[in-house]
Amino acid sequence: MSVLVYVLIAIGLLFNALGSFALIRFPDVYTRLHGATKATTFGSIFTTAAVIAYGFARGDAAHQTLAIHAIVALIALLITNPTGAHAIARAAYRSGVKPKRAVVDKLEERS
Amino acid sequence: MIIDPLVFFVAAALFLFFMFISMVRLGLGPTTGDRIVALDTVNTLVVAGMIVLAAAFDEVVFVDVAIIYALLSFVGTLYVARYLEGGL
Repeated sequence: MSVLVYVLIAIGLLFNALGSFALIRFPDVYTRLHGATKATTFGSIFTTAAVIAYGFARGDAAHQTLAIHAIVALIALLITNPTGAHAIARAAYRSGVKPKRAVVDKLEERS
Repeated sequence: MIIDPLVFFVAAALFLFFMFISMVRLGLGPTTGDRIVALDTVNTLVVAGMIVLAAAFDEVVFVDVAIIYALLSFVGTLYVARYLEGGL
């Protein structure tokens, strides 16, 4: 059971590292959004799952309370994070930022 | 079954390091959209770090603070995005 906690923490930290380095390395707003938001959401799911596993593994009432509150926090994170990313992408498009090295804009043609 | 709480402290320290990396983009992003993306990433890392620190210190209150922080930062992100669209 403790191995499970270590593995979940390691996976979560790896994906959070990839997300924050994608923010540095990628060329424009949309690719940065793609890298950073999805990778950090995925990594945060895994670190929170490690805390949930830790709370249920310890077993007593206080740690079970910790695990259940962590589940509520995970649900809040899962609802709010992709919605915020979608709002940012729409705002960046409407404020006139073009993707780097883009040659056609199909969304412009449709409207 | 023994889990060393040190692993949670190490994870929280690495989260702090990732936050500093994201703050580089917050400082020098060319457009406003880049800065919002960096701020959203920092918010997500803060929430995840608070949950990990709750397990490290065995304090349930930190998780409640993390829930409220997630919801309020979501409202802040939507507000800035709406302002950038020009609908405000």
